[in-house]
Amino acid sequence: MTMRIRITFSKAGPMQYVGHLDLHRSWERTFRRSCLPLEYSQGFHPQPHLNLACALPVGFTSQCELLDAWLEQDMSLIEVREALQSTLPPGLEILNLENIDLHAPALQTQVLSAVYSIHFLDDVPDLSDRLQRIISAEHLHRLRRNKPYDLRLLIEQACLVPPDVAGRSSMRVQLAARDGATGRPEELLAEMGLKFQDSHVHREALKLSRN
Amino acid sequence: MVLNPAEINSKLERILPTVQKPARYVGGELNQVVKDWATIETHVALVFPDIYDIGMSNLGLAILYELINDRPDALAERVYNPWIDMEAELRQACIPLYSLETRHPVSTFDIVGFTLPYETLYTNMLNALDLAGIPLLSSDRQETDPLIIAGGQTAYNPEPVYKFVDAFVIGEGEQVIQEVIDTYQGWKRSSSPRQQLLSSLASISGVYVPSLYQVYYHQDGTVERLAKLDEQASYPVLKRILPVLPPPPTRFIVPNIETVHNRIPIEIMRGCTRGCRFCHAGMVSRPVRERSVSAILEAIDQALKFTGIEEIGLLSLSSSDYTHISELVQAITDKYCGKNLSISLPSLRIESFSVDLMDSLRDSRHGGFTLAPEAATEHMRNIINKPLSTEQLLETAHQIYARGWTTIKLYFMIGHPEETLDDVSAIVDLCKLVLAEGHKTIGHRAKLNIGVSTFIPKPHTPFQWIACDTVEKIQAKQTLLKQGLRHKDIKLTWTNPEVTMLEAWLSRGDRRMADVVYQAWINGARFDAWQEQFNFTAWTKAFESAQLDPSFYTHRPRNQDEVFPWDHISTGVRKKFLFQELQLSQASLTRMDCRKQCIACGILPTYANHRRDHPGSSWMCPEVKSPTRNISAGTSADIIPSSGVG
Repeated sequence: MTMRIRITFSKAGPMQYVGHLDLHRSWERTFRRSCLPLEYSQGFHPQPHLNLACALPVGFTSQCELLDAWLEQDMSLIEVREALQSTLPPGLEILNLENIDLHAPALQTQVLSAVYSIHFLDDVPDLSDRLQRIISAEHLHRLRRNKPYDLRLLIEQACLVPPDVAGRSSMRVQLAARDGATGRPEELLAEMGLKFQDSHVHREALKLSRN
Repeated sequence: MVLNPAEINSKLERILPTVQKPARYVGGELNQVVKDWATIETHVALVFPDIYDIGMSNLGLAILYELINDRPDALAERVYNPWIDMEAELRQACIPLYSLETRHPVSTFDIVGFTLPYETLYTNMLNALDLAGIPLLSSDRQETDPLIIAGGQTAYNPEPVYKFVDAFVIGEGEQVIQEVIDTYQGWKRSSSPRQQLLSSLASISGVYVPSLYQVYYHQDGTVERLAKLDEQASYPVLKRILPVLPPPPTRFIVPNIETVHNRIPIEIMRGCTRGCRFCHAGMVSRPVRERSVSAILEAIDQALKFTGIEEIGLLSLSSSDYTHISELVQAITDKYCGKNLSISLPSLRIESFSVDLMDSLRDSRHGGFTLAPEAATEHMRNIINKPLSTEQLLETAHQIYARGWTTIKLYFMIGHPEETLDDVSAIVDLCKLVLAEGHKTIGHRAKLNIGVSTFIPKPHTPFQWIACDTVEKIQAKQTLLKQGLRHKDIKLTWTNPEVTMLEAWLSRGDRRMADVVYQAWINGARFDAWQEQFNFTAWTKAFESAQLDPSFYTHRPRNQDEVFPWDHISTGVRKKFLFQELQLSQASLTRMDCRKQCIACGILPTYANHRRDHPGSSWMCPEVKSPTRNISAGTSADIIPSSGVG
């Protein structure tokens, strides 16, 4: 019997700089090392049956990445977790593992929004003003890859948070992450007049639709 | 003051998000080895002087990485050149070139080892030294600077970079690297001057320390002789070989991003007995030594467990010649069928047996089927000693198309000795025949990719006495191919003649070429192997500043008795043998595969002790009492033509 598992994992350290497609391959290789019976598609170029929720931009860290994987046989989650944990590459860590209904909708279609915390490497004394300007704007028209869009519509929540342990200014934002309506933290930072390389962005949570 | 790893890290934090593929610059992959810097005696940086994406696929450094890190008293860390964007960032932020494992500046290592598998890495080596803040010239280095060593295929003619490298390792590095480290440790404990280190290194067999020799030139610019300046230095410097191949490395670092070869390389044998006369690798990597089927299977099994990588590349210069190739392929197929593993088997002979082999590796049908006829006429194939009949090629092509491949890749070389435009036209005709065979077999799905490189007479080969084609001549030949092979089902690629010239200058150069390399780097040359970075003017200007004529190196046939700049480096193959091969070539005579009968190339007497110490080992040289000549496919079997060249 086939089983579908959902893995919640963190992405940090050396993996922070690894893009979506490469991450996909890292997971395939992790499964191959673990000798778990990962399902492959039929045909000329068999592909592993793995599904990542939504791409995390290169350079960001995360504690809430999601992966669905299909195995050819039913196994206990403990067994699966042990097998994967011993073969994970540095920078990936499994936080949770659960059984998912085989017929549940695809992971990508379930994601509604993403929560990011943004820590600034330098002190930004007028951070509050900059953020206020964003929140109180009715529209934030921007161009991304030559396509006009309204960033304001994608910002669901944004607030300052107390400085982190290192005393760095920080904020938390919740951005839409639906297909065709994805808010990007670096776009928000640009709108605030801040350079994204002077900050560290961490994805804290993905909000999924309940069905 | 040199930055420490923590300072480098904090500066990198802001840079990495802004450069292309930052994962190139962070390390931290599965299977990387991080040892305690403070408690380890000797720190070795292994540098592949091109970007991570290229360097990570290099087997030589993977072998050394494992061997050095297995020593309790030494560590090895990886270093690659930064791409243009990252170089600019590093220079602007004053970050020195650093190692991936612990981010230590390269200048704080004890030994820095460069691998130089091809000549177009030379300017990158200079750039790496410069980014590391290490003096470029060996003569400028102090006791506190790292020892700079280099090895790899190009080290068989080290002279064009003799000034920049303290010591070259000639031949196979597995054993000699240990001796270099031991010697370094002995020197460091003794606190003697750097000169003492160089002298001790020179006494290791297979180590060439250029500063311990002086070259004298004739009026005409050719080499008169080379004199030793130090008793410890050997003359000639004989390449090192392993009498028996050890188990191959298996705990490969798994890159987090795509690299040029996304596969596990398993070397099934070293050396080649075919004797193609243009082939540098085939001449310098003798004798043939094979790994056993069981050792290879064991290695594949381990490597898959350690890495999870989806493809295995079985490496050798001529896969078909591996004695147990059928058995090996069968065993792999039995074991991994249905496991979604691809197996690549490069360098197959042109015969239907090769198609059988590839056919049984079912999963590997993606991509084309590659064959390398190298030349299109019988005369040319006799000259280069790669005999093959057109019928055999066409029959093989038919088999390939019939068994499900739609694309065949054919590799040819132009510029062979004595080649005429008719011989080049024959390439066009042959390609059309192959494609017609494809159309006949599978209709219009049949495709043909043609790669045409340009011959460079490499050192230590029978053609080292020959002149290169001029750029004009190469262009004329390429035009003929481009016009003749214009077809919707044919894709033709060729080498830029200027790139060929550069490779020829660098591979045939003498010590004076070092000034050209240096000046070219000053002029902005780097990443010479990258089409979009190639800067020919930087090189021609460098020749002008050094007051050297490039055609002296490339367009001049050599006399039989000319002393070559690389003559003091010995591959174990005798110069006399190479010259005989040249004469046979000129008489259009071929030589048989020397597995069957010894052709007295010189390897057996040179390494007689190795063979004596390892009787019954896996050398593919036949047993001989006294060396005999054997010439096949000729009417005048034992007559060596006596005409000179040049």
